[in-house]
Amino acid sequence: MIGRFRIAWKNLWRKKARTFLTVGGITLSSWVLVSLLGFNRGYENALDRDIDNMGYQLMVMAKGCPYEAATLMLQGGTGLRYIEQSTVDSVKAEPGVAMVTPILMQAYFDPNKGENGGIAGYFGVDAASYAAMKPFLRFKKGGWFIGENAEEVVMGFEAAELEQRDVGDMTFVPEKNVQLKVVGILERTGTQDDGTIFVPLKTLQRIAGTDRITTIGIKMEKDADAGGLEARLYELPNVQVVSFTQVKQTIMKLVSTARLMVFSIVIIALLIAMVGVVNTVLMSVLERLPEIGVLKAMGAMPGDIFLLIWTETLILCSCGGIAGIGLGFAFARFTGVLARRILPYAPKGGLVEIDLRLAAVTLAVIVAAGLVSGIVPAWKAGRVRPMESIRSAI
Amino acid sequence: MSGTETVIEARGLTRTFRLGSEEIRALDGVSLTIRQGEFVSFMGPSGSGKTTLINLLGCLDNPTAGEMSLSGTRIFGGGKSLSERHLTRIRRDVFGYIFQDFHLIPTLTVRENVALPLFFYRKPGTAGEVERLLGILGMEHRMHHLPRQISGGEMQRVAIARALVNRPAILLADEPTGNLDTKRTDEIGSVLQELNRTEGLTIVMVTHDAGFARLGERIIEMRDGRAYEG
Repeated sequence: MIGRFRIAWKNLWRKKARTFLTVGGITLSSWVLVSLLGFNRGYENALDRDIDNMGYQLMVMAKGCPYEAATLMLQGGTGLRYIEQSTVDSVKAEPGVAMVTPILMQAYFDPNKGENGGIAGYFGVDAASYAAMKPFLRFKKGGWFIGENAEEVVMGFEAAELEQRDVGDMTFVPEKNVQLKVVGILERTGTQDDGTIFVPLKTLQRIAGTDRITTIGIKMEKDADAGGLEARLYELPNVQVVSFTQVKQTIMKLVSTARLMVFSIVIIALLIAMVGVVNTVLMSVLERLPEIGVLKAMGAMPGDIFLLIWTETLILCSCGGIAGIGLGFAFARFTGVLARRILPYAPKGGLVEIDLRLAAVTLAVIVAAGLVSGIVPAWKAGRVRPMESIRSAI
Repeated sequence: MSGTETVIEARGLTRTFRLGSEEIRALDGVSLTIRQGEFVSFMGPSGSGKTTLINLLGCLDNPTAGEMSLSGTRIFGGGKSLSERHLTRIRRDVFGYIFQDFHLIPTLTVRENVALPLFFYRKPGTAGEVERLLGILGMEHRMHHLPRQISGGEMQRVAIARALVNRPAILLADEPTGNLDTKRTDEIGSVLQELNRTEGLTIVMVTHDAGFARLGERIIEMRDGRAYEG
């Protein structure tokens, strides 16, 4: 038995080029929309992941610009100001603090890194408290340093690959002419730890010629009053506190401008696609007026014709929507790479995350927009008078 | 084969069209009665008002003036007509239409074209009607062909099958052989006569071909929008 879908489908094949162009327009809109929604989710998740992988929710550091400092932290760079190590005990004594880890960050210029040299980042850490703060760290080979004064390093996955070092090899600290033994290589974490070289805190302090530290990482107790703790920490001399919730909000604000622009483009693309749908379906209706008249002479009610034309719109939008979502899935990685180049700060990992739920939401938006566009041509077709439309062919 | 029941009754049907500032009177006060089972031919030259009349009789168009009833039900009259929805119901219940240009849907197969009216409305007892009609009209071997793959005569036979698939009470045929050669014209004529005789179908046909018009038991001549019988 012949059905509405079959009639509509066959009608669309009459003007293949026009149908393909319209579906193409819808595909592009759908692709951009699903990618944007995927980016929205992916970026936030990647940022959350980066922050979670820091292992701590608060950082205490010497006074300076907190945002820049936080960005430097996230990017694995260095804080340039120092705080006294005694601050660690003061922080530890605060109620609500579950764990603290002192960190000394240092960056040395390595002329052999890359084509024109580069910065090698070193983290002086207390192995026991740092590892406790990041229980997800796993060793590909070896383990943590034996003692707090050991002339040893643990290398992040990428750092080891870049320097082509294995456990037992020696590594050279540029600018300082010091050799350290590699005792462990971490598995890939997808965070800035991958590119970091970890040195026992006291060893790095000796190399850097300082007894101070740059940062204190703080893990709060569950249900601790984050605001209250932050306020109390600010009372410590010459320190500033960076909360990662705050960092996340700041970065998301920076990104939201770019997101707003892309969203505007999506709206424009969607509107163009909708105009395309109106044009295609309306043209198709006008070309088929005599046929529609014959259908009405056969007994088709206005609602029958409306539904028939609306089904054509539905097919156009569904095909375009699905194709666009398919492209969104296929090029999610590429879109992420592109976004990473444009954005001022991009966290590690995939920036575009598209799942079935997001795909369904996109398809629903595209189909709804298409069906709205199809109302006018479908209504127009439903209202034609049989004789007038049959006569229009003469 | 004609009965006594009046199926169409028209009084003073008038239809004018406006062409710019000029008013054209296509139909000028036509009155007629058609009984059940009759085969009526309207004959006349181009522009005589035949198609306008058949369109009014088939409720495809509204008259400017005059009255019309179908089996006693008033359709047009007193400057009023039934709503488009109501007229659609009458069209699908009562009429089957054959158009001069076939008006088959080019993307649908022969079978799908014939079955199309059933998609919108299926009268009881029409199961298997598509195959039966295509069989009667000798088109069963062309069932899965597209209209562009069959001849003009075959297209018209498909159009006839489509007009009959919902078992209409009245078949309206507007120049059903207008695009066909003599052989095909005779073929279609035989089919219509057969349907009138065997199925008791009321047929109202428009043609400009005097020979073909004689297939009807009544011939009404149209001139300048007026009808002359006998």
